[in-house]
Amino acid sequence: MKPRVVITGLGVVSPLGIGREAFWEAVQQGRSGAGPVTRFDASSFPTRIAAEVKEFNPLNYMDKKTARHTDRFAQMALAAALMAVKDAGLALEDEDRERVGVLMGSGIGGIETYEQQHKVLLERGAGRVSPFFIPMMISNMAGGQIAIELGIKGPNFCVVSACASSANAIGEAMRLIQRGEAEVVIAGGSEAAITPLAFAGFCAMRAMSTRNEEPEKACRPFDRDRDGFVMGEGAGVVILESLSHALRRGAPILAELKGYATNADAFHIVQPDPDGQGAARVMAEALADAEVPVEEVDYINAHGTGTDLNDRLETLAIKQIFGSHVSRLAVSSTKSMTGHLLGASGAVELIATVLAIQKQWLPPTINLENPDPECDLDYVPNWGRPGLIRNAVSNSFGFGGHNAALVVQRWEER
Amino acid sequence: MAGLTRTDILEKVKKIIAEQLSVDSEEITLETHLVDDLKADSMDMVEMVMAMEEEFGMEIPDEEAEKLTRVEAIVKYVEQRLQEKE
Repeated sequence: MKPRVVITGLGVVSPLGIGREAFWEAVQQGRSGAGPVTRFDASSFPTRIAAEVKEFNPLNYMDKKTARHTDRFAQMALAAALMAVKDAGLALEDEDRERVGVLMGSGIGGIETYEQQHKVLLERGAGRVSPFFIPMMISNMAGGQIAIELGIKGPNFCVVSACASSANAIGEAMRLIQRGEAEVVIAGGSEAAITPLAFAGFCAMRAMSTRNEEPEKACRPFDRDRDGFVMGEGAGVVILESLSHALRRGAPILAELKGYATNADAFHIVQPDPDGQGAARVMAEALADAEVPVEEVDYINAHGTGTDLNDRLETLAIKQIFGSHVSRLAVSSTKSMTGHLLGASGAVELIATVLAIQKQWLPPTINLENPDPECDLDYVPNWGRPGLIRNAVSNSFGFGGHNAALVVQRWEER
Repeated sequence: MAGLTRTDILEKVKKIIAEQLSVDSEEITLETHLVDDLKADSMDMVEMVMAMEEEFGMEIPDEEAEKLTRVEAIVKYVEQRLQEKE
């Protein structure tokens, strides 16, 4: 029998706050993390709003020299990893460090460094490009830095599948433990792409909301008046370990990671399959992997980006899989509050899902004021509420047609 | 850059080292060795030489840069190059 995998620690750097307490408090209050862009001058951009991480000081988590030579995406990853390790009470000095892995995802990597150094190249020539440019920019450096900082030597690679990256990283981390290649994996993802070039690219795609006058109302998944996503940034990290390892060390078990599946639409570079087939199939496969019948699922943390196509097709996919059970199913998009953390979204949303299960409390979809007739599920509109959650599914879909779903089960002492 | 005294150069060099290696400039003396004392790695050294080139408006060839591991050597080298320019 394959080993069971449990979640024992959470670390989060998000537009709603840093650390699980601040994050959950904001989710419970239904707060939006969106505001005017401050990280660069966005005045000439059609979209001038984003969900930025405020008051992130890398020096709280690493020394000055490391911080100087680490892109923001990896700084936030390291911060979240340190928080998660602490949260799990994981004493690495007592562990076999070769049996501890790190799987971190990022959709884009160190694009802020990339843009700065490209400017140096154009303005001052090749000889002025920093020797730290490459190591700061490459997407795998978040995992590299975490391993260096913590001295952990097990499996370590980066998963890149756009907005499904960190859901894939966590799923693959579960597999590492099930295959016996690691006892503990620090898994998640990070993204810091609120930069001029990345922003310009998403603007050109017409993918982001232009509700610039009302940033907190801009991300409105499943609402009739939704007009795109709001870019977020941050990092989410979970500590996964085999159940036997967690029990042996008396770890705080937050939930069980029960199932995972991943597949591809094979349809279009950025548009989802018009029948929602890939999304439907990935949920079904993840539930099969978890051996959880659809009737025992109470909550879905939707990908719910607030784009026209995603929300409609994700709704369609959920209906296909859950059938008549949809009337008893709560579905919400925490992106309505956090914004879209791209490669970090899967991890941050899994954290929201774990906290929801722990507290038996359904997070809201805020800004759902005028429901879209084609989006007719219970999206927990505007206010969260207590609710029984036995099993939950967290969906993540990425450009390229990548789909990933994770199934989390409530942990009960038994 | 003309008219810089040795003390001026030392102060500028200390500032660059302090910034690049995130150390206190008070800790840096003429005797300080960047690799042995301040744990600079090869990439730090490249970055530091680039900062010196910017600060003093000169190109430092790689074969010269390799020798610039002690603060005193850097100050002397910069001083000599600035005099050659004048």
